[in-house]
Amino acid sequence: MSDTPATPVQTPATGSSRPTNGSGRDSFSEFKRAGGALYRSAEVDGRLLGLMIALALAWIMFDILSKVFGQGGDSIFGGSFLTPRNLFNLSVQTASVAVMATGMVLIIVSRNIDLSVGSLLGFLAMVMATVQKEILPDIIGFDNSLTWIIALAVGIALGALIGSGQGFLIAFLGIPSFIVTLGGMLVWRGGAFLLASGRTIAPLDPNFSAIGGGTQGSLGRLGMDLGVGSATLSWLLGILVVVGLVVLVVMARRRRQAFEFPTRPRWAEALIVVVGSVLVLGGVWLVNAYEWPIRVAQRYAESVGIEVPDGGLILSTGIAYPVLIMIAVAAVMTWIARRRQFGRYVYAIGGNPEAAELSGINVRRTILLTFTLIGVLVAISAAITSGRLDAATNALGQWNELFVIAAAVIGGTSFAGGIGTIPGAILGALFMQTLQSGMVLIGFDTAQQNVVVGIVLVVAVGIDTAYRRRASS
Amino acid sequence: MTVEDWATASEGAPAPEPEAEVRARVDTSGTPLVEMRNIRVAYGGVHAVDDVSIDLYPGEVVGLVGGNGAGKSTLMKALSGAHPPDSGQILVDGKPAEIGNPRQAKRYNIETIYQTLALAENQDAPANMFLGRELKTRMGNLDDASMEAATREVIARLNPNFQNFKSPVQSLSGGQRQAVAIARAVHFNARILIMDEPTAALGPAETAQVRDLIKQLEKEGIGIFLISHDIHDVFDLSHRIAVMYHGKIVGIVNRDDVTPDDVLGMIIMGKSLEEVTSEERAKLH
Repeated sequence: MSDTPATPVQTPATGSSRPTNGSGRDSFSEFKRAGGALYRSAEVDGRLLGLMIALALAWIMFDILSKVFGQGGDSIFGGSFLTPRNLFNLSVQTASVAVMATGMVLIIVSRNIDLSVGSLLGFLAMVMATVQKEILPDIIGFDNSLTWIIALAVGIALGALIGSGQGFLIAFLGIPSFIVTLGGMLVWRGGAFLLASGRTIAPLDPNFSAIGGGTQGSLGRLGMDLGVGSATLSWLLGILVVVGLVVLVVMARRRRQAFEFPTRPRWAEALIVVVGSVLVLGGVWLVNAYEWPIRVAQRYAESVGIEVPDGGLILSTGIAYPVLIMIAVAAVMTWIARRRQFGRYVYAIGGNPEAAELSGINVRRTILLTFTLIGVLVAISAAITSGRLDAATNALGQWNELFVIAAAVIGGTSFAGGIGTIPGAILGALFMQTLQSGMVLIGFDTAQQNVVVGIVLVVAVGIDTAYRRRASS
Repeated sequence: MTVEDWATASEGAPAPEPEAEVRARVDTSGTPLVEMRNIRVAYGGVHAVDDVSIDLYPGEVVGLVGGNGAGKSTLMKALSGAHPPDSGQILVDGKPAEIGNPRQAKRYNIETIYQTLALAENQDAPANMFLGRELKTRMGNLDDASMEAATREVIARLNPNFQNFKSPVQSLSGGQRQAVAIARAVHFNARILIMDEPTAALGPAETAQVRDLIKQLEKEGIGIFLISHDIHDVFDLSHRIAVMYHGKIVGIVNRDDVTPDDVLGMIIMGKSLEEVTSEERAKLH
């Protein structure tokens, strides 16, 4: 019953108490550990890095292809993909799926699934539209400045309630999440139709539709309204994020030093800060380079009484609100996943549900809360999607559950449970949207897009599985 | 583990009686640390544990032995809260204890090292050691640095070569994983420790470490239930040995009063010491 090896044991003279598995295998794992140490010393997630590289390659490829097959544009490669306009739109289109994907990570990590998010998005969008267009006007009148926030609060509260209800059925009654949310998928899609008798509710409250982005829903417009200029706020935010990044890195280092733990090499920390800053400030530069459409700028100038200079008024669009929301959600969800007890429990349950239970973790409550959380996130995405469209239709969010799951999975979330990151899911969502937007520029129709997206999904997960198998063996 | 395995196991290695130190009797005059009375656990009509009573005193090691399916692990799951009994009573320090789940058991300082180790494979050693009892900063965030520091300290005593505090435990060796599971049980002031096959996955050096640990813990006044298939482990470490057979305890004997062969006879025949005849004993060999 003891696991004494069949081969003669070479016990190290140092008095090591490690089990002797045969020296050949040991030195190999030693070698692998040394290779991994390079990665680990920078504490950079290899899979995330791979995804970023794949994303960069896809962007360049689509830019070149858009020149060859499409109309082309004025980017550095002569295409229309790497233009401020396209990348701004890409960031806005990514936001809705990305917000939900951060919640889907925790659901899948804890070995569940949520198929209802697309339908729930449609239902909550319809509820929020009904509240702001048909209920609130009777109570607080039209064009009240509180309309948007009341509608949003109702949507979020209802999202939390519905998510909790589904979570209760899954965690406490033991009905498989696949079934509960498959039912939810039908119920909420039908509910969206019944609620408004199949009508489309439009237009929405202007403040509410700003949540969806566009010229009206970006920091450039806010800066103009506040009189600080259209580019200022975006730059300010970018600089704040960079400062925050430096503070986080320094604090993490101090904390490890206080306990005399090994720290990351300084070059690795410097690299992270530099690369992070370049990405953040580059992104800000890009969205500031996207100018307001001439007519919109002109109308705005007339409405506030600014003189339009020769050659037209050039204003920066800046960071769109949905992108701000996405960044905030990503930050909060990363904090929940990595720094909070709840997040640790979610991952522990995914790693070994039985062990989690034996450790005294309240597994049922934790599972229920993951569904509450995704309900809230779906409500936020519903506001973004309907705001962007400036309408609530009963088909809103159709197929979104599949995009959201695909984003999480492309971002490295494992269906086996226990593995997945929030930043990965955001990148996964960006990758999905890149494919769609890129194919539109090339001139692919919907059927062709579906074929490509389907293939890429399977290939991406295949690569990820192979990578993981190699890493664990 | 079959009956044959038991027999060969006893044949293969010489019985340790001659050189074994006499285990000093534990003071059993006071209140037992734990008393389990008339415990019954049924799995779908089968009585996995049938009307079992057993007690444990401070500083005492009680070995639980028996063939597969004898009910050892099920009995201990009733105490650890993993599977509450259908009927029966558990007293801790002489007072009735309500143990309906692992969380409640931990409130009575009952800690368990499971045979499966019960580790979250995707988490690192500190996260596993503090699983369910995380240290937090004033802001309510996880205090990973403090948890890592405490883990380093505890594990250094168990296994000085353990260095891998940042990797998921699934990438660790069997001995290292065991160290994490043991560290988790002993760090939180266990008074009652359940060890289910603590050395089954270990090499000789690590087994020796676990044995040393058990002797150290009993000196600190901790009561230990030790489940083991290894009759020599049980004989070296226990003060009393409880033999289970088909869900019942067939006898609880003082370790100093019996030989390993006596216990083996009880395990295989499912009879108390007095009932095992000399012919039956002869057949074992």
